[in-house]
Amino acid sequence: MGCGICAAKCPKKVPDEFNLGMSKRKAVYVPFAQTVPLKYTIDRNACLYFKAVDAGKKGKCKACEKFCENNAIDFDQKEEVIDLNVGSVILAPGFQAFDPAGLEAYHYTEFKNVVTSMDFERVLAATGPTEGHLLRPSDNKEPGKIAWLQCVGSRDINRCDNAYCSSVCCMYAIKEAMIASEHSHSPFDATIFFMDMRTYGKDFEKYYNRAKYDMGIRFIRCRVHSVEENEDTGLKVSYVNDNGDTRDENFDMIVLSVGLESSACAMDLASKMGIELDQYDFAKTSPFRPVATSKSGIYVAGCFQGPKDIPYSVMEASAAAAAASTDLASVRGTLKRVKEFPPERDVSGEEIRTGVFVCNCGINIGSVVNVPEVAEFARTLPDVTYVQENLFSCSQDAQDQLAGVIKEQGLNRVVVAACSPRTHEPLFQETMSNTGVNKHLFEMANIRDQNSWVHGSDPEAATQKAKDLVAMAAAKANYRVALEPIEVPLTKSTMVLGGGPAGMTAALTIADQGFKVYLVERKEQLGGHGLKMRKTFTGEPVGPFLDETIKRVNGHKNIEVHIGAEPVKVTGFVGNFHTSLDTGVEFDYGTAIIATGADSVSVDEYLYGQNPNVMKWFDLDKKIKEDPDFIRETKCAVAIHCVGSREPERPYCSKICCSHAIASAIDLKELNPEMNIFMLYRDIRTYGRLEELYQKARSMGIIFVRYDLESKPKVEEVDGELRVTVMDHVLGRPILLAPDFVTLYTAIAPRGSEKLSDMFKVTLNQEKFFQEAHMKLRPVDFSTDGIFVCGIAHYPKPLDECITQAQAAASRAVTILAQEKVVIEPIVAAFVERDACRGCGLCVALCPYGALEIEDTTEGRKVKLISASCKGCGICAATCYRHAISINAFTDTQIEAQMHALLHH
Amino acid sequence: MRIDKEALTESSKGPGKKVGAVLVVGGGIVGMQAALDLADSGYYVHLVERSPGLGGIMSQLDKTFPTNECAM
Repeated sequence: MGCGICAAKCPKKVPDEFNLGMSKRKAVYVPFAQTVPLKYTIDRNACLYFKAVDAGKKGKCKACEKFCENNAIDFDQKEEVIDLNVGSVILAPGFQAFDPAGLEAYHYTEFKNVVTSMDFERVLAATGPTEGHLLRPSDNKEPGKIAWLQCVGSRDINRCDNAYCSSVCCMYAIKEAMIASEHSHSPFDATIFFMDMRTYGKDFEKYYNRAKYDMGIRFIRCRVHSVEENEDTGLKVSYVNDNGDTRDENFDMIVLSVGLESSACAMDLASKMGIELDQYDFAKTSPFRPVATSKSGIYVAGCFQGPKDIPYSVMEASAAAAAASTDLASVRGTLKRVKEFPPERDVSGEEIRTGVFVCNCGINIGSVVNVPEVAEFARTLPDVTYVQENLFSCSQDAQDQLAGVIKEQGLNRVVVAACSPRTHEPLFQETMSNTGVNKHLFEMANIRDQNSWVHGSDPEAATQKAKDLVAMAAAKANYRVALEPIEVPLTKSTMVLGGGPAGMTAALTIADQGFKVYLVERKEQLGGHGLKMRKTFTGEPVGPFLDETIKRVNGHKNIEVHIGAEPVKVTGFVGNFHTSLDTGVEFDYGTAIIATGADSVSVDEYLYGQNPNVMKWFDLDKKIKEDPDFIRETKCAVAIHCVGSREPERPYCSKICCSHAIASAIDLKELNPEMNIFMLYRDIRTYGRLEELYQKARSMGIIFVRYDLESKPKVEEVDGELRVTVMDHVLGRPILLAPDFVTLYTAIAPRGSEKLSDMFKVTLNQEKFFQEAHMKLRPVDFSTDGIFVCGIAHYPKPLDECITQAQAAASRAVTILAQEKVVIEPIVAAFVERDACRGCGLCVALCPYGALEIEDTTEGRKVKLISASCKGCGICAATCYRHAISINAFTDTQIEAQMHALLHH
Repeated sequence: MRIDKEALTESSKGPGKKVGAVLVVGGGIVGMQAALDLADSGYYVHLVERSPGLGGIMSQLDKTFPTNECAM
């Protein structure tokens, strides 16, 4: 039941791995309070009984078993080996944080106030060892000054073997610094020592700017080589500042921003599965099949594929699901299990008979709230015909008993006063469905989380509050009515907008699973920016992949390709969209994927458009391909990064320019090793394995010169020749370059997204990239159901990430297409009084999900409810001054009954 | 859903034939998302996690960037 008595009685304490050893847990434990299932487990290596048994002695203790009131502990359970026969395997073993114990200069194991970033996450967390209070380990005092040291166990081939960038540390360090300064009670000094600030993702640069300019977090560009401890357990850091001067500075605490690496456990899993690893011990994949391992049918997702952040991990999870689903499409549904329930009893004509079940939750509620008194009180409530106390209402026994009572007593409303509906409402509702009573004739009163747990010091008031909550629930239950799931038809097809690598991959991933796809491309040919790419950042030629993809799309029996076409009208909702193209073609479809891409912008600085030797992006790639002699004959090349990106006008990083610029520079150097190549950059953002490019470029003699936004390079034409001046930070003076050509890596900006945003009723971010439903957990979904996004229309990203995201969008679309109908829970907006609606449109304007429309009817203008898109948020009901709309199960009548019960019982 | 012995035996039938079940190793955010997508797409999923509970490393994080939302 998760009551925790076993853990309370267990005498054995061991370090809690969840808090990285900074607190203790018992030998019988749950890993953390929110885990699923919330069931206690015995740690065999710590349990006194098992330790004795495993040492060949007679086991003692078993305190947990003695005190468990529900006989839930069984010391005779044995490990079992289960054979599974499966069609595909997805590996998602995650990462381990780099252990800095081996880096002597940081003294992680000796100096108490040197912690890792993972340790610090727990220090900040409310559920952590300090309950979220910012305290340092040596003396439990609040630190006023903390330094973060970046790239510990990343980008380092001298002190460890992790040459790659861990991709996430810059951002999490900024986050930790921000949160720490919010937790701090006194003036707080947060300093981040870094090499390159890699805030390359969506909305990351703005986060960096906020930390730097709004929150005063200090950023110092220097790799700190050693840490010393002062007498007061404070720490001394020596570093070299921008002017080349060595400085010493004291800090109260140091956080090592440790990198991500594969765990021994993951590597063992890989060897058991027989899949290949790359040189960094991550699973080996190809940029064209980014979630496929070296073994057919086995896929990989998350940090075992390579170091990455949460949204991209979640995308990969969906992409791996799509890959597995594509392999097994012919046997889809063969092992699917559907729960069946007996027919429902029609209770509409019956007198109300409410059963109230008051739970003790072991001692969780019963030790604070006087449960018998609450139960007695419940008997006095109107229409309550049955009341019972339970020790654990959620136990299997109690469920069986509840079912019996509903039948015997002819109950047609059930109120359970116990824990949180968030965790337990579905369980009780299922029991109701099993007895043929509609599950919406149920109401829950939370007398644990919102009562006994928070009012433990005042049992009397807690008992009174429990009565109030029970009275309110019972009053609302009187007005609950049976509701049926809403079903709408589903057109099992998808429209994919955009015929670049992302759009084509999404189309193929859906079509290969047997669903119809309409692929719409604005231009006269498929391929998008893929047509201009010579190779991936890891060197594989793009041409063959693209040719094969275009051929497969054009020849696919499930794909209808519309080139030279754009949508002019989109109507409908999930499962039931309709589109007209400007070519006159119209079709119906159930889901849509937006993959319309983005473009590199043109600029009017650095002589672009005035001097033919000032190029951008693919102009140089074209030159390398078509005119290699030009490259062989030139002596000096300059590339300027961040042109139009990371500036006030476009405060974001375009993510792929650093890697593209460096890959092209390497090509130049290979064609002409004598060429002097200068990369003028602000931060080099070759994240993850792309760091290899940066290392290679430097080893080839390509010269990197950093500039600031305040002192941008100057490009001039003198006697017909290009001259570039840039302030060199190391030398502290301007350097003058005379390049034969200059390549500008200009910002990548969305194209035509505003029009599509209106058409599909989906949102854009400030920079006009399409805005996903949730930054972390729903990275390819829109808030509007049935529409998904992938590729650089979402944000700039390299080809392999576009392919991953396209597969992910396809996976999300297939979760809808694989159903027979669109079925939705009926907790949605409904008319109370349709006549009262004047069609004013207030609710339509405010609905975040596009679930309301205005329509002209014979009775005048009215709102049309699109239940399939409704999330039941209630904004419309709150807005409607005519009280025409309310939310099922949260009607005005029900809420008024609750308030009445609270004030008058 | 808990382990279901019937489903186990059912999915163990006929080696050499395609099986409409998928094994997902790892109960962190990635394993859970893959399992949900597959179950919603009509496959039986065996989700295997080494520790006693789902959640993985994300559950140890305090907030997440760039929204500073609670990771839990």
